[in-house]
Amino acid sequence: MAKVQEKIAKLFPQATFEEGERLTVCIAPDQWHDLAKALRHDPDLNFDYLITIVGMDWPDAYGCVYYMMTTNSSEVIAVKVKVADREKPMIASVVDLWPDAGLFEREVFDFFGIIFLNNPDMRRLFLSIDWKGYPLRKDYDDDPAINPVSIENERQTDFTESWVEKDGKVEKVETRIFQPEDFVVNIGPQHPATHGVLRFRTCVNGEEIKKIDVYMGYIHRGVEKLCESLTYPQTLHYMDRLDYFSAHNYHHGLCRLYERAAGIKISRRAEVIRVMMDELSRIASHCLFMGTFCMDLGATSMLFYTLRVREQILDIMEKTCGARMTFNYDCIGGVMQDLAPDFQKDVKDLLAVLPANIKEYNKVFTGNVIARNRMEGVGVISREDAIAWGVTGPSGRAAGWSCDIRKIMPYSIYPELEFDEVLATEGDAMARFKVRLEEIVQSARILEQLVDNIPEGEYCVKVPKVLKLPAGSWFELVEGCRGVFGVYLESDGSTKPYRLKIAPPCLPLAGVVDHITRGMKIADLITIGGSLDYIIPDMDR
Amino acid sequence: MEVTTKSMPYEAWKDNEYIEKLVKELQESGTNVVVGKLDQLINWGRSNSLWPLTFATSCCGIEFVSLGAARFDMARFGWEVARSSPRQADFMMVAGTIVHRMVPVFRRLYDQLAEPKYVIACGSCAISGGPFRKSYHVAKGIEDIVPVDVFVPGCPPRPEAMIYGIMQLSRKIKVEKFFGGVNRQQKQEDFLREHPVEGVND
Repeated sequence: MAKVQEKIAKLFPQATFEEGERLTVCIAPDQWHDLAKALRHDPDLNFDYLITIVGMDWPDAYGCVYYMMTTNSSEVIAVKVKVADREKPMIASVVDLWPDAGLFEREVFDFFGIIFLNNPDMRRLFLSIDWKGYPLRKDYDDDPAINPVSIENERQTDFTESWVEKDGKVEKVETRIFQPEDFVVNIGPQHPATHGVLRFRTCVNGEEIKKIDVYMGYIHRGVEKLCESLTYPQTLHYMDRLDYFSAHNYHHGLCRLYERAAGIKISRRAEVIRVMMDELSRIASHCLFMGTFCMDLGATSMLFYTLRVREQILDIMEKTCGARMTFNYDCIGGVMQDLAPDFQKDVKDLLAVLPANIKEYNKVFTGNVIARNRMEGVGVISREDAIAWGVTGPSGRAAGWSCDIRKIMPYSIYPELEFDEVLATEGDAMARFKVRLEEIVQSARILEQLVDNIPEGEYCVKVPKVLKLPAGSWFELVEGCRGVFGVYLESDGSTKPYRLKIAPPCLPLAGVVDHITRGMKIADLITIGGSLDYIIPDMDR
Repeated sequence: MEVTTKSMPYEAWKDNEYIEKLVKELQESGTNVVVGKLDQLINWGRSNSLWPLTFATSCCGIEFVSLGAARFDMARFGWEVARSSPRQADFMMVAGTIVHRMVPVFRRLYDQLAEPKYVIACGSCAISGGPFRKSYHVAKGIEDIVPVDVFVPGCPPRPEAMIYGIMQLSRKIKVEKFFGGVNRQQKQEDFLREHPVEGVND
């Protein structure tokens, strides 16, 4: 880290560095693009994976915090860019360096009204074009009369706006998303194969896809804004409702962040319980993925086989957490309740039936000639693309990118556990499917190591009833079932977060769809979408 | 009149007063024997073969998947297959939050359902906005957008609760009056008067 700081200080003498758990560089907006270029392309720095862009409304300025990682050594740094202009804040776009920044910048524009210069597509992302105000600004007026619920269709446009800098002057340019002669097919938001309410405006040439405009926001619930009005323990329950398959993992991430900020150390028993729950959810999540993915490809019966295991896991969780889906189990200081008395026996029963089930899945589906023809070589992502587009999780690992946070930045008790990071090199739909199948085996391996070694102790340490966090900012990364889940907290020392930003793994997964489907057949879109396994409430938040 | 369905004992229902009140209201003016019997026959058929629309926006949709799979198996009650097209479905189970952008789409799906159509508001988000009620981009309950027949509370409701909810719906259908005057076909002129189309005079 010191080397990185030295190098940046040498290249940009005006840059300042903030004290904190991570190296944070503060840079003026006019130098930001040059710094970004150096961070991305300098071989010593090589920060090639942009994790997220956090839009901010500080009391004195608007701005962004960029979190990025280098695949050389898995180091994460933050770059803070502040713009003092509150009327028309503008920051240079970095979409030319990291393609996944395109969606992130649109999101920041949607929430804060910060314009990114030279981003070719500066439309709102989640809210309609006629939406008044920028909801995450602190002075946003949320009077429902201003933005009423309307049953009239929202205004649509074929144009997109961009702000381009030309000879020192900023110009607004309108460009077409689709050309007048393009044939555009609308897929979604109500479509069984989009896995929720996602909409693709698909431009086709015969059966071939020319371009896809991903249109989201059909389940944008404004979780980040809601969190700002709730106390820290209250914000936790929204984590269940983002990616509802990774409920435990997301809870784990946010709890770790709060505990780190408050300086709480939890018991080993709680750590073990949390990790076991994480791995159980991973198995349940991948099971449901296989079921719905195969259903998309026309193999309905697979759903019944995979849901059998999922139901068994839900039973285990229900006995301990009291719910089948929205568990709200991890809490600040540990977990809500102690384990159910027959938890160990149930987990052992599950581990006993898993190998036979996986064998069955392979027999029913993986070797099937139709399945193979539809999946092999479809939707190929190369390792470079996966990093550039921020495709993490099993989809990124299928492309050969070692991006498992449990391995590269081990947290909790993962360093002590024996398991392999499942990697493939093909990067196609088949590889993504196989990686998930193999991850079930690895999760089972982790459970096997832990099931007989749950230490005694308290499951939740004493935490003050009213939790106040010191002023500052924190960023935590954990491995969800679909990829890297990041959460950013800025605290002003009160009982409520000043800003809580959720960096979901599914937003980049949707962003890459356009890139990998170009030139593919329209039937392959279903395979590709299914194999990326995005969860819409997670990307929309 | 004891209205029940799927061999459920009448006493096991939680809201018998409501259905009794409904039956009383519907039969206030009496019914012709022939028409009444015909109604019973049609309602028997309809209430036992309800096909849902595959419509899910968030978490509740996953419990709906569980409901369709082998363990809870809604097909055994005659709610056979979830249809992806509203034109083939009888009712829609609104599973999940409805947000501003989704409202016009949701309303259109409802309009596309073939008559007779029913709506079940499933989960607290669909009922009132649930945990997201205070959000700037969430509709506070779907009742303002479409008429709702049954509310199923829960976050998300268990599949058993969903089964109970659909059974309540089929019980309501059993006492419906089809021939008895309440139901009439809407004339085209009436429809156009209520839904004027711009630039069309006739």
